Amino acid sequence: MRYLPLTDTDRAEMLATIGAGSIDDLFVDVPAVAQLDGPIRDLPMHASEMAVERHMKSLAAKNLVAGDAPFFLGAGAYRHHVPASVDTIIQRGEFLTAYTPYQPEIAQGTLQMLFEFQTQVARLYGCAVANASLYDGSTACWEAVAMAARVTKRSRAVLSGALHPHYAEVVKTMAQFTGYTIGDALPSITPDPELPGLIGRIDEDTACVVVQYPDILGRISDLTPIAEAAHAKGALLVVVNTEPVALGAIKSPGEMGADIVVGEGQSLGVGLQFGGPYLGLFAVRDPKHVRQMPGRLCGETTDAEGKRGFVLTLSTREQHIRREKATSNICTNSGLCALAFTVHMTLLGERGLRELAAENHRLACLAADRLTKVPGVRVLNNGFFNEFTVMLDGKPAREIVRDLADRGVLAGVSLGRLYPGVEALQQALLVAVTETTTEDDIEMLATELEASLKETV
Amino acid sequence: MNAPNKSGWKPEMQVADDGFAGGPATTTGNRALMLEEPLLFEIGRADVTGVDLPSLDPARTTRLGGLERAEPIGLVGLTEPETVRHYTRLSRQNYGIDLGFFPLGSCTMKHNPRLNEKMARLPGFADIHPLQPQSTVQGALEVIAQLGEWLCKLTGMPGVAMSPKAGAHGELCGILAIRAAHTARGDAREVVLVPESAHGTNPATAAFAGYRVEDIPATPEGRVDVAALKARLGPDVAAVMITNPNTCGLFEKDFREIADAVHAAGGYVYCDGANFNAIVGRVRPGDLGVDAMHINLHKTFSTPHGGGGPGSGPVVFSEALAPYAPLPFVRQDESGAFYLVEEEHREERGPSFGRMTAFHGQMGMFTRALTYMLSHGADGLKQVAEDAVLNANYILRSMEDILHAPFAASGPCMHEALFGDKNFGGGLSTLDVAKGLIDEGYHPMTVYFPLVVHGAMLVEPTETESKAAIDQFITAFRAVVERALAGDEGLKQAPYYAPRRRLDETAAARKPKLAFEG
Repeated sequence: MRYLPLTDTDRAEMLATIGAGSIDDLFVDVPAVAQLDGPIRDLPMHASEMAVERHMKSLAAKNLVAGDAPFFLGAGAYRHHVPASVDTIIQRGEFLTAYTPYQPEIAQGTLQMLFEFQTQVARLYGCAVANASLYDGSTACWEAVAMAARVTKRSRAVLSGALHPHYAEVVKTMAQFTGYTIGDALPSITPDPELPGLIGRIDEDTACVVVQYPDILGRISDLTPIAEAAHAKGALLVVVNTEPVALGAIKSPGEMGADIVVGEGQSLGVGLQFGGPYLGLFAVRDPKHVRQMPGRLCGETTDAEGKRGFVLTLSTREQHIRREKATSNICTNSGLCALAFTVHMTLLGERGLRELAAENHRLACLAADRLTKVPGVRVLNNGFFNEFTVMLDGKPAREIVRDLADRGVLAGVSLGRLYPGVEALQQALLVAVTETTTEDDIEMLATELEASLKETV
Repeated sequence: MNAPNKSGWKPEMQVADDGFAGGPATTTGNRALMLEEPLLFEIGRADVTGVDLPSLDPARTTRLGGLERAEPIGLVGLTEPETVRHYTRLSRQNYGIDLGFFPLGSCTMKHNPRLNEKMARLPGFADIHPLQPQSTVQGALEVIAQLGEWLCKLTGMPGVAMSPKAGAHGELCGILAIRAAHTARGDAREVVLVPESAHGTNPATAAFAGYRVEDIPATPEGRVDVAALKARLGPDVAAVMITNPNTCGLFEKDFREIADAVHAAGGYVYCDGANFNAIVGRVRPGDLGVDAMHINLHKTFSTPHGGGGPGSGPVVFSEALAPYAPLPFVRQDESGAFYLVEEEHREERGPSFGRMTAFHGQMGMFTRALTYMLSHGADGLKQVAEDAVLNANYILRSMEDILHAPFAASGPCMHEALFGDKNFGGGLSTLDVAKGLIDEGYHPMTVYFPLVVHGAMLVEPTETESKAAIDQFITAFRAVVERALAGDEGLKQAPYYAPRRRLDETAAARKPKLAFEG
C-alpha cells in the first residue's frame, strides 16, 4: 500500500517493543459485539493510482463543465478567471499541509497571510476588523444574526425578502432551535429593492435587519436609509454580499452604515467546485464589537527579541477555551480558501479589482441590452452590477433553463429553482455575466433563448 | 532505538543560542535561506496589478444605481513574480506534514496523497456550478452518493448527511437532528451530557443548539464514569456526546452499555468521530449503538488541513435519526438518475430539520476523500487503523519510563498517546517541552488538552510515518523531556531556531491589532 511506510518486519519489531503478541492485542478493549473478522465486506479492496484515476475521471466526464458552454449562472456562486499562480501557491506543502497555527513560531506564513487577508476583507467591506474566515456566506449570515442578538440582547431578526433564499433557510433552520424569531418575506418583483416595506418591519425588539447587496435579483440600492432606520430602533444592520467583485465598482456596505458585513468570498481565487468548499467573510464596522465576533482572529505582536510576528488572538471568545460559553462552536474554518482569496486579491490590487469590476459590469450591460431585444424578454432591474433578472413573458423559466441546457447553453438560475412553488416568480431568470463571458456567449444565449421561448408554451 | 541524524551532523557541532553559529550579523536580517518578509501592504502599490484583462473598453454608461464607488478601497497589488515570491517566502515560515513529523493529537495530520489533489482539480468537478440543471451534474451527484455509501458501510450506519462543512458543523448537524427527533414526539428535553475530556466544540455545539450542558466525570483510568453517567440519566437528558476512541487515547470499552442505558432513558447517543482514524475499517460505530457521528474528512480521510480548513464533516445516522437529516440530500430515481431532495420535495424531505448551508457541502473535499477511500479499499483502511494504533503504542511504551503517562496502565492506547508534565524540574512546563521540540525540527504534539490531565501532551503519530521517522522523533522527544526533568533553564527560551522566538500573546490580546494600519 503506497501510503503506508511500515513493513511487516517493522510491525513485528514494534509489537515486540510494546510487548504485544499481535495487532489484535491492541484492540482488546473493543467489545466482542463490535469485533469484525476481516475487512468490511461490500467494499472494494485497495487500488492503484491508475485505477482510481480512471474511476474518478469517468465520474467527472458525466458533468457538463461550465467552461465548455456559454455560462450565465450566479445566485451566490460566480465563475471568474483565477490566475494560474493562485493554485500553484495554495499547493505549496507548507500551506496545504499545515494546521491551524497553534504554534505561532513555526506558522508565521499562515498567520501573516491571515493578517493580510483580514486587512483586505476589512477594507473591501469598509469595516474596521475582519476575522480569519468562516465556512461560507450562508453560515456567516447566521453567525451575524447570532452576533447581533448577543450585542443587542434582542432575539428578533428581520430578513429582507431579497436575501438569498438558501441563506434565509439556514438562518430559519438555526433560529428554530435557538429561540430566535425570524421575520422573512418573498422578493418583490420590482425594478428597485422595496425599502419602505423592509423599514416598516423594524421595531424595538429587532436585533438586526439583514439585507443583501447586490440583492438576490441583482438589484442595488443605497443602504443608508435602512442603516438609519435600524439604528433609530437600536438594531444593527447586517449586510450580506455574495459577489465581492462588485465592491470594486460600488460603495462598500461599511460606508453606508452597515454594522456587520458578511459574505461569500468564493469569487476570488476559489472557483465554483459545485458549491464548496467556499469562503465565509465576516467583518464589523465598529472595533468595539470585536469581542462578540465568531471565529479565529489573527493579531500582530512581537517576539522575545522584539521582532514583529503574528498570533491567533482573543481566543477567550472561542470554543476551545470558553466551551459552552463560546461565541460560536466553529473550529476549522476555510484557511486555504482564504489564502486563495488573498493571493488573487494581491494579484489584482486596487487597480486590478476596479478594472475587473468595470469589465464585469460592461459585459453585463451588453448582455442586458442584447436580451432586451429578444421578443417577450424584459430586464427587471434599474440598477445591477454583473447579475440581473429577466422576465420571460409568462413562460416558466425553470423549464426554459433545462431546455437551454439541452441546447448547450447554461443560461442562468431560474427563480423557480430558488423559490419552487411561488407562482409570481416562476417566469424570472437570473443571468450573471463575468469577465469570462464572451460576446459570442451572449449572442448564443440570446439566440437560443429566443428559439426556446418560441417553442415553449 | 537511538536514531542519529545521518546527514553528517554531529552532536558536538553546537551552534550558539542565537542560532548564528558564530557568524556575523547580516544587514538584511536574513540568514541565507531564512528570509524575512515584509507585509503585503508595505510592498504593494495601488496602481500595480498582476492581472491583465482581455479588453479594457472604457465604460460608456453604467447602471450602478448611482452607487459608484468614489473613495479608494485601500488595496494594493503586486505583479505575478512579486506575488509568487512574497507567498513562497511566507510559506517557508510554516511547518507542514510535507516537511516533517506533525504529531498533533486529535488532529490526524497524516500524509495528503497528491492524487487526491489532482482528482479534485478535474474540470468536471472543479468547474461546475451548484445550481446547474441536475441533468448536467450527474457525475457530481454520484460522487456524493458514492462517498455517502462508503461512509455508511464503514460505520455500519444507515443514514448520512453530506452538507456539514467541518467537524463542528457536523456536530451541530447531529445535535439538531436529535433535537428535531425529540421535538417531533413532543419531548422537550433540555440537557446534553458531555464528558470533561471532550473537545471544546462539543459543549459549544450543544449550547449553540439551545441545550444546557452538564459535565460527566472520568474514572481514574481515563474513561467515562459509567455509574455517574447512568445516575444522571433521566427524562430531561436529550443526549450524551462521547468521543470514541476518547481524547485520553482510550477505547470506551463500555460504550455499548452506555448507549443501551441512554436509549432506555429516552435519549440519543452522539459520538464525536474526530478519532475515527483509530478504528476505521476495523470497528463500526453502528455496532456500538451510536445514533449520530460526524466524520472529519480532513482527518481520517486525508483531505488537507490547509492551515485551518476547509474541512468537511458528514454525519452518519441511525434509523431513528436518519429521517431528520438536513437538506439537501441525494437520491436516485427508478431510471437511475441522481437528484437532490430540497425544500420543494415536501413529501420526500419528511421531517428533515432544514438547511445548514447554501449548497450541497464540500464537494472539493468529497472528491479527495473518495479518491483516498478507493486507493485504500476496505483492506487498506483496516491497515490504516492498525498502523496508526501500532505507532501510538510504540511511542507510549518508548516514553513511559521517563514521561508521566497517566493512563498507561488502562490498556493499549488507540491512535494517540497521552502524557502529563509530572516531575518536570525548575518550573518547566509542557509549553517548554513543545517549544524545545520545535528546535529539534518537529511540530509539537497537542498541548494542554484534554483538560483532565495536568500539562497534557497528546501525541498522534498517524499511520503515514516510517519506523525510522518515529524512532528519530522518540530520540528527540526523550532528549527534550530529559532536559525538562533536569530543570534545564535554557528550555524556557526555546525555540531558538524557528523563524520567530516566543511571541507575546498577552500583548496581542490586550491591545488587539487585527489589520494593517497605514
